[in-house]
Amino acid sequence: MALTVCSRSFINRSRFSSLVYSYFNKNIVQMLPPCQAASNSTKDADQSRMQRGLPKKLPIGGVDQVIVVASGKGGVGKSTTAVNLALSLKELDKTKLVGILDADVYGPSIPKMMNLKGPVHLNKQQLMMPLVNYDIKCMSMGFLIEDEKDPIVWRGLMVMSAIQRLLRQVSWGPLDYLVVDMPPGTGDVQLTMSQNIPIDGAVIVTTPQDVALLDARKGTEMFRKVEVPVLGVVQNMSAYECPKCGHTEHIFGKDGATNLAKEMNLPIIGDIPLHIKIRETSDSGAPIIVSHPNSSQAQAFKDLGRNVLQRLKVLKDQAKNK
Amino acid sequence: MDHMETKKNVERPLAFVKHIILIMSGKGGVGKSTVAVHLALRLKNAGFKVIRGVRTVRAKIRYLGITEGIGNILVGLLDADLCGPSIPTMLNIEQKKSKFSKNWEPVFVDMEQRLCVMSVGFLLTNRNDAIILRGPKKNATIKQFLNDVDWPDLDYLIIDMPPGTSDEHISVIENLREYNLDGALLITTPQAVATGDVRRELSFCKKTVIPIIGIVENMSGFVCPYCQECTNIFSKGGGEFLANQLEVPFLGRIPICPQISRYQDGHAESLKLFSQTNEADSIEAIVKKLVK
Repeated sequence: MALTVCSRSFINRSRFSSLVYSYFNKNIVQMLPPCQAASNSTKDADQSRMQRGLPKKLPIGGVDQVIVVASGKGGVGKSTTAVNLALSLKELDKTKLVGILDADVYGPSIPKMMNLKGPVHLNKQQLMMPLVNYDIKCMSMGFLIEDEKDPIVWRGLMVMSAIQRLLRQVSWGPLDYLVVDMPPGTGDVQLTMSQNIPIDGAVIVTTPQDVALLDARKGTEMFRKVEVPVLGVVQNMSAYECPKCGHTEHIFGKDGATNLAKEMNLPIIGDIPLHIKIRETSDSGAPIIVSHPNSSQAQAFKDLGRNVLQRLKVLKDQAKNK
Repeated sequence: MDHMETKKNVERPLAFVKHIILIMSGKGGVGKSTVAVHLALRLKNAGFKVIRGVRTVRAKIRYLGITEGIGNILVGLLDADLCGPSIPTMLNIEQKKSKFSKNWEPVFVDMEQRLCVMSVGFLLTNRNDAIILRGPKKNATIKQFLNDVDWPDLDYLIIDMPPGTSDEHISVIENLREYNLDGALLITTPQAVATGDVRRELSFCKKTVIPIIGIVENMSGFVCPYCQECTNIFSKGGGEFLANQLEVPFLGRIPICPQISRYQDGHAESLKLFSQTNEADSIEAIVKKLVK
């Protein structure tokens, strides 16, 4: 029943919650691909995980590497960083295929930042087709809500189901990188993500002030507990330069992220200033890398992209040598 | 975090609280906790009458025979952001712990014991410990914070909510139905990605029949301390526009203030500096609208 409705156009808002829930209840087990043959060492790891009652980590079909952009704290610029990171990865190598998954179910920002709107259509295999802009495939809960004023008032169980669907029921197709924009906190979404798919790296975004670092520390700690490699720390809104007199003000503090990175033995992989252009371009749906590619702010995001690729390579080499 | 036993001693434990205010947003990082803290501090001090420009303690006023307009306002601050508790850090009381006898005891911030706080941050052995909770555990914790904390006879209970419309929000509203809930104070920054989320939060409040006290627009403009040029880093007017569009009261704007974050980072002397700024006046104006 649920699939028939989906195949017409996008999912009807007023029935969305009950449809998604009943669909997951019936179909979640059948949706997962059959177990693949694995080497002895991965079989042992899988066995110990299953004994602990944890789900098995299964890669998303067609996706090579998954990078999550997280924080713990809200409002530090995760979505802005995720969008510009994805665009910079594309900019650094135009042959690479990049996608963005907006895992912030309650406050999806990717539709606005990428200037995309639903409906979402299904392909012949009944998988949702991601929307594309600036050559980046995107999927967000925001595309599935008819009226953007409507809140998503879901308890954790529903959110888990929705995240599963956004991971498994989307035709991501062949992708080199999937950048996941995580919501704030260390709850259901983060756990579901890290327990269900192999994540190649987590980028921790923070602003310099103590209350942000406190949550960023918790976010980093969480990823370490669930054995997700942390690529590094991005210091966002680091300094503000007055456009009139050029005075530099560290509005949200100074060096906070640098100290956090040292403390947690992580590199600083990005330093993004506080600049009005970044906010303006995000609000207008033309991210700064696309609209002002030669600006110093865009350059900062490109440097982040380079550092992320380098760190992914280092971690991959380390894993091979083990 | 230790496992907490659920104990319900009193049937309606918050019945004596005169005003309950939810600080909500929908969007993260707009300044909910900051506004909650400064609101609580100002409400606590609202009981003092300023006489000839000098703040006088209650005992001195009694000695002088001046009693008009003096109150002893008791404020409680509940940090409902279970995964990212900021209130203990902002008030420099992280090192304190909440004791448990029959119920959890809130932590008092001041010597006069007129501002008390309850936060999951007081229950951590190490401030850096991650708090990884799924929905059911969050619900249980929220219920305990509302029912199993020995709050004194509060005039105001301010509840700092996390972003979103999830388990914490549903649990708080379910548990506060029968009490004196004044309503929700919504905080937003002016930019579109923030107001979009706040719009959803407003819909949530309307659907759950929570009165809306009003909208506050935070981080509204930054005035360069050198040349006084005001730049709208996060845009301007978005909060007011949203309030007008949805016909809810607009309570005011708070500009970006570096002193706020310096104070919250543990520099206690910064509170004195902050209190002399225009931003402090903005918060004062909002508090006046709230209590009238």
